[in-house]
Amino acid sequence: MRLEPRTDTPLALRLLAPVGAVVAALALCALLVAWTGAPVLRAYGLLFEGAVGSRFALTETLTRATPLILTGLAAAVAFRAKLWNIGAEGQLYMGALAAVVVGGGMLDLPAWALIPVVMIAGMAAGGVTLLGPAMLKVRFGVDEVVTTLLLNFVVLLLVSMLLEGPLKDPMGMGWPQSAPVAEAAELPKLVERTRLHAGLTIALGLSVLLWLVDTRTIWGYENRAVGANPRAAAFAGMPVTRIMLRTALLSGGLAGLAGAAEVCGLKGYLTLDLSPGFGYSGIVVAMLAQLHPIGVVGAALFIAGIFVGADAMSRAMPVPNYIADVLVAASLLCMLVAGLLARYRLRRG
Amino acid sequence: MSSPLKGGPEVVLRLAGISKRFGPLLANDDISLTLRAGEVLALLGENGAGKTTLMNILFGHYVADEGTIEAFGRPLPPGSPRAALEAGIGMVHQHFTLADNLSVLDNIAVGTESLWRWRSDRSAARRRLLDLSQRFGLEVRPDALVGDLSVGERQRAEILKALYRDARILILDEPTAVLTPQESAGLFETLRKLTADGLAVVFISHKMNEVFAASDTVAVLRAGKLVATHATASTDRAKLAELMVGRSVKPPAPTPLSPGEPVLELAGVTVASDHGRPLLDGVDLTVRRHQVVGIAGVSGNGQTALAELVSGLIRPDSGRLSLKGSVVEHGDPADMVRRGVARIPEDRHSAGLVGAMAVWENLIAERYHDHAFSRFGVLRRGAARSYARKVIEEFDVRCPGPDARTQLLSGGNMQKLILGRTLAHGPDLILASQPTRGLDIGAVSYVHSRLLDARSAGAGVLLISEDLDEILALADCVTVAYHGRLTPLLPHDRVSVSQLGLLMAGHWDILRDILPETQLEHGDAA
Repeated sequence: MRLEPRTDTPLALRLLAPVGAVVAALALCALLVAWTGAPVLRAYGLLFEGAVGSRFALTETLTRATPLILTGLAAAVAFRAKLWNIGAEGQLYMGALAAVVVGGGMLDLPAWALIPVVMIAGMAAGGVTLLGPAMLKVRFGVDEVVTTLLLNFVVLLLVSMLLEGPLKDPMGMGWPQSAPVAEAAELPKLVERTRLHAGLTIALGLSVLLWLVDTRTIWGYENRAVGANPRAAAFAGMPVTRIMLRTALLSGGLAGLAGAAEVCGLKGYLTLDLSPGFGYSGIVVAMLAQLHPIGVVGAALFIAGIFVGADAMSRAMPVPNYIADVLVAASLLCMLVAGLLARYRLRRG
Repeated sequence: MSSPLKGGPEVVLRLAGISKRFGPLLANDDISLTLRAGEVLALLGENGAGKTTLMNILFGHYVADEGTIEAFGRPLPPGSPRAALEAGIGMVHQHFTLADNLSVLDNIAVGTESLWRWRSDRSAARRRLLDLSQRFGLEVRPDALVGDLSVGERQRAEILKALYRDARILILDEPTAVLTPQESAGLFETLRKLTADGLAVVFISHKMNEVFAASDTVAVLRAGKLVATHATASTDRAKLAELMVGRSVKPPAPTPLSPGEPVLELAGVTVASDHGRPLLDGVDLTVRRHQVVGIAGVSGNGQTALAELVSGLIRPDSGRLSLKGSVVEHGDPADMVRRGVARIPEDRHSAGLVGAMAVWENLIAERYHDHAFSRFGVLRRGAARSYARKVIEEFDVRCPGPDARTQLLSGGNMQKLILGRTLAHGPDLILASQPTRGLDIGAVSYVHSRLLDARSAGAGVLLISEDLDEILALADCVTVAYHGRLTPLLPHDRVSVSQLGLLMAGHWDILRDILPETQLEHGDAA
């Protein structure tokens, strides 16, 4: 058996690759579910029902998908330009930090003005966080995988310090949490008596916008050229360094926005468990979506559904909800294989 | 197909019905060849004709889909370079396989000694190496580090490595690609000594003059098929060229034009590498309208820096670069394009084109800010596509259409794409770096005629090439690059290939024989 590169990948195959990867991941995890002694089909049935089976389940999944769409876009935008941003988690917390600082009563503005200001502050904080590693990369060739990954821990420790110190809520009964954001900074709910908030609208709007920018504008054109072949882009006269830094600002900004939206739409204040690894899951989302901005929405919904559904399932069966983490990890691995198979043809001999 | 030489010495190698397929490409199609002791067989063909594939099958790098190989009457097991070595087949690759950080002796002895011996027998190895070196006139310094050797010396070390392992059949893959004409002549002399000793040699080439200089028999490959085998003495250039291409080819014929005003002037330009080594050292050069200036030289003598300078990728550390009379202060690629420089890069895959993008996207890459292609940051995709269709037609780019992915195009069509991108706007100066490297003869003559058309239209052309035949066919004036310096311009009809070869090797004292004294006083001959 050997692999031969395909000259062109048909569209059907590109669409089928993520579906096949997901099916394979489900099949692999069925072994683990069976090992716990639970009936596999009923477990997956409960998982599905818990994800989309009711109005409540559906809004929970959409709520969970909101930050995943944004971190997924952050990863997709950066990876397209071959900027390996593994630091979306840290950028998310920086965005959340900016949101509680700017939206925590510092500015006395009406909601229509305060919400955009807080969101932009979140984006700026996230963007600047990635700008440092990106500048080290273009100027000195420092590997951004290392710097962005390690910055995550730096940011988490910074947030921890602030929540224990200057930002600690005096009314918070001693818990390490910030004071809540002003009411005017809260994102409106999309559906009454659920947790679903306007962050989803922003995320969906941005994924369409980014798709248009990618295919229709000079910005997207330059980003794709620099990502695919920086040497040729530079030879043709494109300002490669500026394009890289611009991409870094955008990617970090999207992750920062995810943090700001979580604070202002869902939690209301900042704690150290704001994100159960949304920044890292964003990488899986982007890979499943094959870095396509619209595909990110579908991939984020899938991942969110797995997490929400697994929580519901684990309440009814002796299967721990860690199965969701395994499922997500398995789908990433299967997707990498599927991506390989989509680009190559398998031949005997 | 049988060899025209019937009878004669012993057949040492017999290939029968070799076929090899890579995906949709049939690289070798039912090829049969025989090689006799004492024979030099030239394997002639264009790039992609299947020469290297065939030799890689012979040496065991690839396994043939069909066919058998027999060496010295015994079948050769497929897919094993070790078996090929044991059968007495040695191969000298186009890109040498020597370790730079080891001495010549170590490089040659490595792999011939058992791993389980306590110490290696250096003095025996040295004696054997010096003996071989003397017998075949292959001069080497056994203790020199390979990294310090010249290209010609490295090649001799490679050949000695094969001989050291008792090779009786030697395969040379494009051996002269990196040599000066004098070094090539030395190589052919060596080949004659080897064959006199009974060795058989296969040498792969796409250059006609080498075939006549060195071979007894010539086998022509075209598109994976063996189209002819001839005794070299019984054939001629025109016939071989036609066999190689499949139709007759006319050489380029520049019409004489008188040069116009200068478009590119370099005055005392010096460029240093990151480590401070001079890449260009006080270079003076003028290119005028209606003029092709050819830069000859062994690669690595400053040509890349010169090309990057004129492309706008680097700036002179000292000295001055002017275009059309105005000094370029802060040249960058976009600025050079705006000033009317058409740049054909040395490496079209990595510097010229973005393979993953569409043909139309590559065609607008140098001028997407033009109002014709974008407004307020939004691409005018319709306009760009119809522009692309026009260029595709005008420059005869064979592709399914403007939306085709660029990496699916052949090398020749990629080069036409780059020509279309740069020449469609009536440039004042054309920088052509290795414009025909790796192209087949049809594409080569297309590129040449486009460059000459642009010269007639008033452009100056700076042609950097390692192919002396190309330079002498196209250039009005030639200059030779050596250690970052350029000779004064030499009119093309006053220098010969052998004189260029001497200049390329640094013998600039012969400039006195080529140029009148008056001109030399202004030049900076070494």
